[in-house]
Amino acid sequence: MNLTLKIWRQKSANVKGKMVDYKVADISEHMSFLEMMDVLNEQLVNGGEEPVSFDHDCREGICGSCSMFINGEAHGPVKNTTTCQLHMRSFNDGDTIYIEPFRAKAFPVIKDLVVDRSSFDRIQHAGGFISVNTSGNTQDANATAIPKHDADLSMDAAACIGCGACVATCKNSSAMLFTGAKISQYALLPQGKVEAKDRAQNMVAQMDEEGFGNCTNTGACEVECPKGISLSNIARMNRELLSGSILG
Amino acid sequence: MSSKKSGLSSIGRKVLMALTGFFLMFFLLQHLTINLMSVFSPDLFNEVSHFFGTNFLIQYMLQPVLIFSVVFHFAWGLYLEYQNTQAREVKYAKYKGSANASWMSRNMLISGLAVLAFLALHFYDFWIPEINTKYFHGDMSGMLHDGEGMRYHIELVEKFAHQPMRVALYVGAFIMLSLHLLHGFQSAFQSVGFNNTKYTPIIKMLGNLFAILVPLGFLFIAIYHYNVHPH
Ligand code: HEM
Ligand code: SF4
Ligand code: FES
Repeated sequence: MNLTLKIWRQKSANVKGKMVDYKVADISEHMSFLEMMDVLNEQLVNGGEEPVSFDHDCREGICGSCSMFINGEAHGPVKNTTTCQLHMRSFNDGDTIYIEPFRAKAFPVIKDLVVDRSSFDRIQHAGGFISVNTSGNTQDANATAIPKHDADLSMDAAACIGCGACVATCKNSSAMLFTGAKISQYALLPQGKVEAKDRAQNMVAQMDEEGFGNCTNTGACEVECPKGISLSNIARMNRELLSGSILG
Repeated sequence: MSSKKSGLSSIGRKVLMALTGFFLMFFLLQHLTINLMSVFSPDLFNEVSHFFGTNFLIQYMLQPVLIFSVVFHFAWGLYLEYQNTQAREVKYAKYKGSANASWMSRNMLISGLAVLAFLALHFYDFWIPEINTKYFHGDMSGMLHDGEGMRYHIELVEKFAHQPMRVALYVGAFIMLSLHLLHGFQSAFQSVGFNNTKYTPIIKMLGNLFAILVPLGFLFIAIYHYNVHPH
């Protein structure tokens, strides 16, 4: 198939960028979206132009690094799918495809489609861990019995790959789904209870400090999340934070 | 780990929006109940209006809370929306909001501002004359000037009878209120942390019922008085 691509080009963090049109021809519908980008980049390199920078690593939907905003949706039109798992058969011959970086003040563009998502790392550092005794007497995690229901919910929350699609999609650039998932995965387990209150307060405080917007419960994040993280994790975070600050 | 919380978090900000929203929804229900009496029993409507308009607790305890809620809710809503626009400096060239969220949820500011504009008209119609009569003219009797019965029902009817423009404005405003609540009702529960596989579907259903029936009730009253009471 033949496609017109409208791609955000920006040389570096501090210069202005713009949308630039490109044409690619003879794209196979079996290619992944990133393979199509590889074809474009080869074409650009052969023509002596700078290739389009974009993040990718595993190309199997588990690392969370690929991050394009495709035709107005994070990771493109297919639900529960990362950009690397998106295939060209989801598009038609002759289509015009908009390709933009994930946009948020807290995700500044580094180059072209590559954004700096270290704000997520800092939220995680603020409390996304548990303290365990590492003196050689570390207790086997399996020694603590956990209700199946809680273990399942915790695993579902832990499926978040930190891709940032929730922020990119949200009209408010809110990071509540990510932060809610990261708080929930610990809050649901006995090992996470010890630091539960401080964790919620510190991670939310860090999230606010990074300049993400306020959630208005539109639910767009849940729909665009490639891992199907549920909005109920945001409500759990709200409960964790409120009970912590009201009960002291 | 120690806590480093300072000030009101984004979640605290959201909860304040929800609490004032809850209070306003409670007020709407109470307001509708009284207004419906105007259709079924003008005498009862007169009496209850008089009670609510002159009762000390309602005038000096609940009314200030209501005024505070309205002002706080819209001022805070505007402030949060402003903050949210600041959270994305460069806008997308193509953004497909309809792919993942309802129009109502994405346009709370528009429906809210429409309701606010309506409130200005509504205050001009009812609240300002009421305050004027009661507190500036000191007339707490609730009676008509000629002493022939109570004034509330007649004042209500006069506003709508043969006033197609006013009725149309009220109709438009209640449609906007309905849109606001179709998202707002269930959103307020999520904001205070209530989300539960068993009860959330019920809350969403109740929210849709509330958001449609309450504005419809007000609409019915305005249209009823437009039609039924020719001068
Ligand atoms: C009778 C009048 C009103 C009622 C019953 C009402 C009710 C609600 C409710 C229940 C919410 C959801 C709160 C939440 O998500 O936690 C909400 C949100 C909102 N309201 Fe109102 N509202 C009213 C008037 C207004 C007015 C006059 C404005 C003026 C701008 C406004 C602006 C907003 C905004 C911007 C939000 C979005 C915030 C969010 O979704 O978190 N509302 N409203
Ligand atoms: S919650 Fe979903 S969309 Fe957000 S970072 Fe995690 S995996 Fe990505
Ligand atoms: S490249 Fe790893 S998830 Fe897409």
